[in-house]
Amino acid sequence: MKNGANHATRAKAVLRRLRLRLFSSWPSAITTLTILYLGWKTVPPLVNWAVVQAAWSPDQAALCRQLIGRGACWAFIADKYRFILFGTFPADEHWRPALVIALLLGLYGISIMRAVRWPLLGALWLAGLSLIAALMWGGVFGLSYVENERWGGLTLTLLLATFGLALAFPLAILLALARRSELPLVRWVTVAYIEVIRGVPLISVLFMASVMLPLFLPPGVSIDKLLRAQLAMILFAAAYLAEVVRGGLQAVPAGQEEAAQALGLGYWQRTYYVILPQALRIAIPPLVNTFIGFFKDTSLVVIIGLFDFLTTIKVSLSEPAWTGFGIEAYIFAAFGYFLFCYPMSRYSQRLESRTAPAGRLDFSGVN
Amino acid sequence: MRPRRGSTILGAGQIGFAGRFRAPRLRPLVYQFVLAAALGVVAWYLVSTAAQNLLDLGVAAGFGFLSREAGFAIGETTLLSYSAADTYLRAIAVGFLNTLRVATLAILFATLLGVAIGLARLSANWLLAKGAAGYVELLRNVPLVVQLFFWYSVITEILPAPADAMRPVPGVFLSNRGVVFPMLELTAPDRWLFALAAGVVVLAVLWIGRSLRLPEIARRQSLAGAATLATAAGGALLLLLATRKSIKLDYPVFGGFDFAGGGSLSPEFTALFLGLTLYTAAFIAEIVRAGILSVDRGQFEAGYSLGLTERQVMRFIVLPQALRLIVPPVTSQYLNCTKNSSLAVAIGYPDLVSVANTTINQTGQAIEGLAIIMIVYLSISLAISAAMNAYNRRVVLRGNSR
Repeated sequence: MKNGANHATRAKAVLRRLRLRLFSSWPSAITTLTILYLGWKTVPPLVNWAVVQAAWSPDQAALCRQLIGRGACWAFIADKYRFILFGTFPADEHWRPALVIALLLGLYGISIMRAVRWPLLGALWLAGLSLIAALMWGGVFGLSYVENERWGGLTLTLLLATFGLALAFPLAILLALARRSELPLVRWVTVAYIEVIRGVPLISVLFMASVMLPLFLPPGVSIDKLLRAQLAMILFAAAYLAEVVRGGLQAVPAGQEEAAQALGLGYWQRTYYVILPQALRIAIPPLVNTFIGFFKDTSLVVIIGLFDFLTTIKVSLSEPAWTGFGIEAYIFAAFGYFLFCYPMSRYSQRLESRTAPAGRLDFSGVN
Repeated sequence: MRPRRGSTILGAGQIGFAGRFRAPRLRPLVYQFVLAAALGVVAWYLVSTAAQNLLDLGVAAGFGFLSREAGFAIGETTLLSYSAADTYLRAIAVGFLNTLRVATLAILFATLLGVAIGLARLSANWLLAKGAAGYVELLRNVPLVVQLFFWYSVITEILPAPADAMRPVPGVFLSNRGVVFPMLELTAPDRWLFALAAGVVVLAVLWIGRSLRLPEIARRQSLAGAATLATAAGGALLLLLATRKSIKLDYPVFGGFDFAGGGSLSPEFTALFLGLTLYTAAFIAEIVRAGILSVDRGQFEAGYSLGLTERQVMRFIVLPQALRLIVPPVTSQYLNCTKNSSLAVAIGYPDLVSVANTTINQTGQAIEGLAIIMIVYLSISLAISAAMNAYNRRVVLRGNSR
């Protein structure tokens, strides 16, 4: 009896909450009904297309042709997944990039853990990145050498983003400090660099690296395309990160610097022991947002023809068996990027709500 | 100002070279001199290497190539007419106008959509708020290039061939060749009259907007003036449309292979416009939401207890405070949107970057071509950046001078 009454009150409470949240007023009720109607019109056909009618097995290219307009062709992904993950890395060495992906994910995970902190974290990253370089290039520990033209797919996207950020970050800190320098020339040079890079689209910086940089190298010296692109992305990311770090530096009260000075600490000691730890902690949420933006930006290398995650998908589309399945291909690409960016953005939102007053705005202007 | 570094306790007796180096006046000068010298050497080295390389390649440095014949076609043009026989300069100008066209339209629509979605996220209706949140998370966490490729695929793969084009509204055709719609057909003198009348209407609307902000007493008179102007201009416009025989609505007609007449949007433009708008709107929505949330709850409550209605609280109390926080990051989103329009090159819309890239490939003038791209974008950005920094100087914590 008592149980039944409980159920009744709970059901009443649920109903009340539903009414409050969905039917609180006439406009609200109309909105709810409109959304439900639209959902009912679009969701079942979409599920039908994406799941029920879809072709999943890699040998169903012919079936895919018949299904056009009725069912999705995931067979395309199933057929090309190795190329999309590893590019043209030699097939029997695929365990190496697979291990690299696992290592990178491990490094990301460690960085979120609060127990692992700077010096240790820095050492782990250095060790991890060295190991990754060894695995990718080979030539040591009895691994066969693989030239970096053959790196590709998701592996390359993660490498571009990770190495880009890992190298851009120290540079960004130096730039941010230089922008606050008391030496006018240092300040002007940094401001000019940061504002020029932030003022132009990434694609123009990538073009610079791919078509203009070779003109500035002495004859006989050449840097391959991947490294040039990586260099461009580092220089690009550094300018944006520098502005975020500067925001953090600005937020440290001036009294901290003065107190450290009163203790007799020199400039670098003040910066390293007093200012930076506070500034970087404040800057973490916008930094993570910048990381997300940079991760998405790696997809721009498709325009200069590097075989990253997006390019491998696009190239797979040009195979005669799979032409015309662009929608499936790009939904899959979107899903792939989302898988990395969404958790990062949740992480940054969590940090933000923990450290900052609600609704604080990010002025870094990154997207 | 903080005390200068190096102004430590220095006895008068210990001034050797090292002492002088530590002296507050000299050391900064030495550092800066070294920096200037290093930059000079690097610049000189780069310039001389590049000059030698260009000489070896047989490329004449300088902007002389701009007056040569371009020899490539451009799929669509804005305002300027262009053919392959025109110069590179004209080609680049056409590209620049194409950039402005797509960026302006995308900014306009992204603002409207972004504000709507930002407000929807704050709605009391659970479904609407969650839907808007889902939109923002999905669009923000997928690279724009992927979205552009997706929309381009949707247009070219799902939409039917022109022969069986979709007709959502009579006269408007959606097909895998893009969007075709009816357009006013104007001859040259009419076009100027039309533009003049339209300009006056815009002016009147702005005037109305301004007078709404005036105090109650002045508002009436000002509004009356603006309304008269708007009516006169609108009337003139209608009269023009009704009486001039040469002005008529040009309907697109399907003939054999493609549409003739009317206005059209290419698949490339449509995909770029759609992608940019939806993407930028997600960011603007977040800014709007955060801006409104940042206004203290007490402000709403104080407004209500003064007897103001919900609309009035929004209009007079919340929005003015929220806007202060919303405007700067939105400005930077506009800038991003303009820069992001350069991704046009990925789907073949002839924007500035795309045209300049073709120019570079044809002439080998990589340095000049990139210089043009960068100067154009920089002049757009620096103006906005300067405004942002001026603003930042005002919001920075007191006591922290830089």
